[in-house]
Amino acid sequence: MIHNKTMIDQRPAPKSTIGPMAWLRGNLFNGPVNTLFTLVGLYVLYLLVVPTVQWAIIDANWVGTTREDCTREGACWVFVKARFTQFIYGLYPRSELWRANIVFVGFFALIAWLAIPRLPLKRWVAVFALVVFPVIAYVLLHGGHFGLPRVPTHRWGGLMLTLLLASVGMIGALPIGIVLALGRRSSMPIVKSFSVVFIEFWRGVPLITVLFMASVMLPLFLPSDLSVDRLIRALIGITLFQSAYMAEVIRGGLQAIPRGQDEAAAALGMTYWKRMGLIVMPQALKMMIPGIVNTFISLFKDTTLVMIIGLFDLLGIVQAALSDSRWLGFSLEGYVFAAFVFWIFCFSMSRYSQYLERRLNTGHKR
Amino acid sequence: MFNKKNAVLLASAGALTLSGVASVQADVLEDTRSRGAVQCGVSDGLPGFSAPNDSGEWQGLDVDICRAVAAAVLGDADAVNYISLNAVERFTALQSGEVDVLSRNTTWTTTRDTTLGLNFAGVTFYDGIGFMVNRDLGLSGADELDGAAICIQSGTTTELNVADYFRANDMAFDPIVFDTSEQTVGGFQSGRCDVLTSDSSQLAALRIQLDDPEGAVILPDIISKEPLGPVVRQGDDTWFNIVKWSLFAMLNAEEYGISSENVDDMMDSENPDVARILGQDGNYGEGMGLEADWAYNIISQVGNYAESYDRNVGMDSPLEIERGINALWNQGGFHYAPPIR
Repeated sequence: MIHNKTMIDQRPAPKSTIGPMAWLRGNLFNGPVNTLFTLVGLYVLYLLVVPTVQWAIIDANWVGTTREDCTREGACWVFVKARFTQFIYGLYPRSELWRANIVFVGFFALIAWLAIPRLPLKRWVAVFALVVFPVIAYVLLHGGHFGLPRVPTHRWGGLMLTLLLASVGMIGALPIGIVLALGRRSSMPIVKSFSVVFIEFWRGVPLITVLFMASVMLPLFLPSDLSVDRLIRALIGITLFQSAYMAEVIRGGLQAIPRGQDEAAAALGMTYWKRMGLIVMPQALKMMIPGIVNTFISLFKDTTLVMIIGLFDLLGIVQAALSDSRWLGFSLEGYVFAAFVFWIFCFSMSRYSQYLERRLNTGHKR
Repeated sequence: MFNKKNAVLLASAGALTLSGVASVQADVLEDTRSRGAVQCGVSDGLPGFSAPNDSGEWQGLDVDICRAVAAAVLGDADAVNYISLNAVERFTALQSGEVDVLSRNTTWTTTRDTTLGLNFAGVTFYDGIGFMVNRDLGLSGADELDGAAICIQSGTTTELNVADYFRANDMAFDPIVFDTSEQTVGGFQSGRCDVLTSDSSQLAALRIQLDDPEGAVILPDIISKEPLGPVVRQGDDTWFNIVKWSLFAMLNAEEYGISSENVDDMMDSENPDVARILGQDGNYGEGMGLEADWAYNIISQVGNYAESYDRNVGMDSPLEIERGINALWNQGGFHYAPPIR
């Protein structure tokens, strides 16, 4: 028997299930309750967005150099423009800004080199970034050698200081944190108890207290001919504080590696450092990425606390600018600018960490 | 807050006793000369007194004292390292030698002068707590404030002084405390309080931040004594004299009409007082280890007191604070500098 079979032509999906209209219906107006939520949500959004845009863009003042160029209607970005150099470099002498610029360019170039997987010679660049570059940056910024005029640290500030505090804190805290985490898991009693005491002490005090002690009490106990620069004091305080947190993040990662990995490596005759360096740490570190980046981001924002010891980081210099009697009353603009800069850095760090996880997490993807 | 502050003061004083007199350097003048700059402690931003301007230079009435000392000692008013200090660490920084002059609107009180190992070198600004009220209320004096809601910034002695004043005058008030000056202004603007109180030097700065500065008036009454001035460590009388007489030189210059503009013409003045100030008749800097032109340098590079006042807090500045009690003694104010002779 021969059946006359004819295939029905492929037809497009029904109108009601494709296109933007269908998406809207499916996701936003899916039943009376959801429709209500959507409408209320849109209304709240409208209430928030319209005045913000009005204030920040439409009514805002963009041109000029003094407060007289600003109407009181909208944001006065003239203030941020007039102070921009100061927000980036602090009170660094204007004639020496090229030095800070070289450090900035080098800093971002190195980070980009290390962050983009395609670029070669990672190992050498990393060594350069961690060993040679800090020395170059210090010599350039501080001066006093090679005919560069000396710029004392109390003139450093703005975004430059924020980045300096954050990167020194991060770079210093990671190795100390790894050592402390391994120490805490060690079976050697002295190493173990030292690590526990260190971690618990620094986690037990607020950062603001550490900074206060470093800036107010420490100078009184030091002999008078030994004065430690207040920036160095703050850097040491931040690094020690952060390393305690880092240690716990790393310990969390180490605990997630099954014991069998370590035992198998031991069975192959590897020494402790080889087991840790070649087997345990590489696996653990990639699981720790979210935790480590989280700590970095919180450190980046915590650096604003140095304001209380009279260092002008980005937020501090914005506040100092607000107390110039020629620019009184533009605090909102200043804080919005500071928040925006912080957001750019924190958001980039967070996106990069997600990218890194996707790239490394081939075996653990969930 | 007061207790906390006291505790910090006591702790600092205790720590100072521990570290002993050893922490006081022998010769600040010599150290300053070899360093080539005066170590000067200023605030971390206070309108009219010390704040960085658009090009990153410190400006203000307190800053001008640092500049005057630098001009007298080094002949260059720009040879100053400004260290910004907050209210708590300012005395420690001075005691530990991080700064050699503290010019950070610090109120001269017995406790500070006698227990911290410090000396106040004079008064640059006679401050006191004042009130700002809404113009519509039609008030004319602080004695009409019974029952008012008052916006105060927390952690300042203002809170205590206002309470004292109201108790002494048998009036009631409702304190509304804010953390920062912006919030305090916001509270006043939104009508949460009828009155905003602060040091009179800062009321003008707060008033500018209102949407409608004309809608608020500052009452003439000042209810507390807050003489602000530069501070130095005890134990170096030469340095103490230098800071003291740098300020006196500015006041004397105003009194005898010497300003940064006419100082070069005044060099030939017949007036013996002017000649002595400018070092044309004897060297009055000798006793402090300074050159005869010490006062000339101050006046030509920083200006006299009136110039500094007008430029930073007075009528030529956005703050527009009247001279009032900060005028010279012969113009109804309190500023009276001993003669240079």
